[in-house]
Amino acid sequence: MKKIWVFAEYVNCTLDRVTLELLTKAKELASGLKGETEVAAVLIGSRIGSTCKTLAEYGAEKIYLVESDELSLYNPMLYAPIITELVQKEDPDIFLFGATAIGSELGPTAAAQLKTGVAAHCVDMHIDENEHLVAAVPSFGGKILGEILCPDTRPQMASVKPGIFVQGEPEEREAQIIKVDVSAITADNLPLKAISLEKKETEGVPLDKAEVVFCGGYGIGCKENWGKLEKLAAIFGGAAACTRPVVDEGWAPGEHVMVGTSGKSIRPKAYVGFGISGATHHICGMKDSGLIISINKDEKAAVFEVSDAGAAADLNRILDQLMIKLDL
Amino acid sequence: MALKIVVCIKPVPDPDYYDKVSIDPVTKRITREGIPTIINPVDKNGIEAALKLKAQYGGKVTVLTMAPPNATENLKEALAMGADEAVLLSDRAFGGADTLATSYTLAKGIEKLEGFDIVFCGTESADGATAQVSSQLGEWLGVPHLWNVFSLENLEERTLRVRTKAENGFMEWEVKLPCLLGVSRELNKPRFISAMGIIKAKNKPITTWGKADLDAEEERLGLAGSPTKAGAIFTPDLKRKGEMLTGSAEEIADAIIEKLRTAGVNIPTKGDACIIEGGARQ
Repeated sequence: MKKIWVFAEYVNCTLDRVTLELLTKAKELASGLKGETEVAAVLIGSRIGSTCKTLAEYGAEKIYLVESDELSLYNPMLYAPIITELVQKEDPDIFLFGATAIGSELGPTAAAQLKTGVAAHCVDMHIDENEHLVAAVPSFGGKILGEILCPDTRPQMASVKPGIFVQGEPEEREAQIIKVDVSAITADNLPLKAISLEKKETEGVPLDKAEVVFCGGYGIGCKENWGKLEKLAAIFGGAAACTRPVVDEGWAPGEHVMVGTSGKSIRPKAYVGFGISGATHHICGMKDSGLIISINKDEKAAVFEVSDAGAAADLNRILDQLMIKLDL
Repeated sequence: MALKIVVCIKPVPDPDYYDKVSIDPVTKRITREGIPTIINPVDKNGIEAALKLKAQYGGKVTVLTMAPPNATENLKEALAMGADEAVLLSDRAFGGADTLATSYTLAKGIEKLEGFDIVFCGTESADGATAQVSSQLGEWLGVPHLWNVFSLENLEERTLRVRTKAENGFMEWEVKLPCLLGVSRELNKPRFISAMGIIKAKNKPITTWGKADLDAEEERLGLAGSPTKAGAIFTPDLKRKGEMLTGSAEEIADAIIEKLRTAGVNIPTKGDACIIEGGARQ
């Protein structure tokens, strides 16, 4: 039987949405494999049993439930050996991780222990005629996509950023739950101690859930214009976002509102970009938006090529007009 | 307490030029001609962190890279920033390495040095951007490792207090030396090189080690040691209609709102704005 596993990322009482996106993708990959297949989730933490229902609804047929109070905070020195041992025992063919703060560390760490390969930050994946996982990964800021295979070692591992794949619809389903015995596990005496997890309270609609995103590039030129984007976003019930230089200039509050290869990947219904040149690093993170509108004073800006509509105009005047129209 | 610090760096094509990277239609290889090779930007944050610790506690900073021979130029820059010595791991046998083989080779290079207290890496390289080498290097070295470090303090009794980025927040850790830290660009601001730094760098050693110099298993090196294999490469087609809106700023704003409406976005009415101003939107 072919086994496809997904690492279920449950942190601070929340299941990361990338887990559900990966389960949806895992089901799709399973249909490309011959014979019997099984999609399973690996869930690690403390007091997490109630999450099993959600995992089952999104496609997990089996759930490896690894529960202990010692596992309440993520620690790679505890989590990675658990994963490695489970893999050695059950021998999955494919293992998918979210390319999140945790998954980006845990995936390659377990892979190093297992001496297998990880395709990082996949934007697409399929099963080829040899029943191998073929993952498309971006390089050079997304300018080039390369296919990565892991033909000889198992599992074939891959990481995917949140927002790349679409989450399916939940269905009423039950999963078989396998409780993994970790009664002997302890964080004592480890050279690495997790002290705390602090959550930043984000105001307004989170960027990855916004239906409309107003995005600023270096061309917005000042912090005041960033404020205007935030105002527009607030009135639309959307979110404001930006490119790397806007974070570096200190106009935007931080990387959590940055879209691109090293920031967030978003797919809102509509994206309106101001003063964005069209560097691949940024385009890679917003290309899946429903509607893309760009305003840039340079009519030759590369961003217009990847936009549905654009205006070669002074963004200050367009912003002001939008504010007037919406009475802000 | 003198510290032995190793910083792993990677020479990469300058990310400011990635829009010029393309695939040669005949050879099907990536062309990056004319793009200068620089130290991977976030690796400089690793160098800066090492230099700061050395200034505080004393010790030695070694920069290490696995790269073709011309990487000595990048190593010289790291020495000019203030590192004490540089090691270049260079051999045809190292070529075609994925992250597992790369981290193995780096680990073998580090093991040949006279021990270490801290290894710094950047979180990810600008070109490949897998962000995997730092964690995997930590595994090969058998030391605790953390990725995405943005704050580092309180070095006492060989323990560091470290913060790493989490989704919408951060985690705080205590890690004992020896350890490996994958640092992010928020950690510090890398220093510029000075004329004095360049002069001093001339007398600092750059050592080159090949396969024969390392106590390495051949089948773990380069392409042979890489579980991942590269398939086809292609450039994604992201072209859209690119319809240009013209007219006055007011007309363009109207057109934008109309397009948003057609795309299914709820266009706020004036009443919504008042509620926002009042700060109590229900």
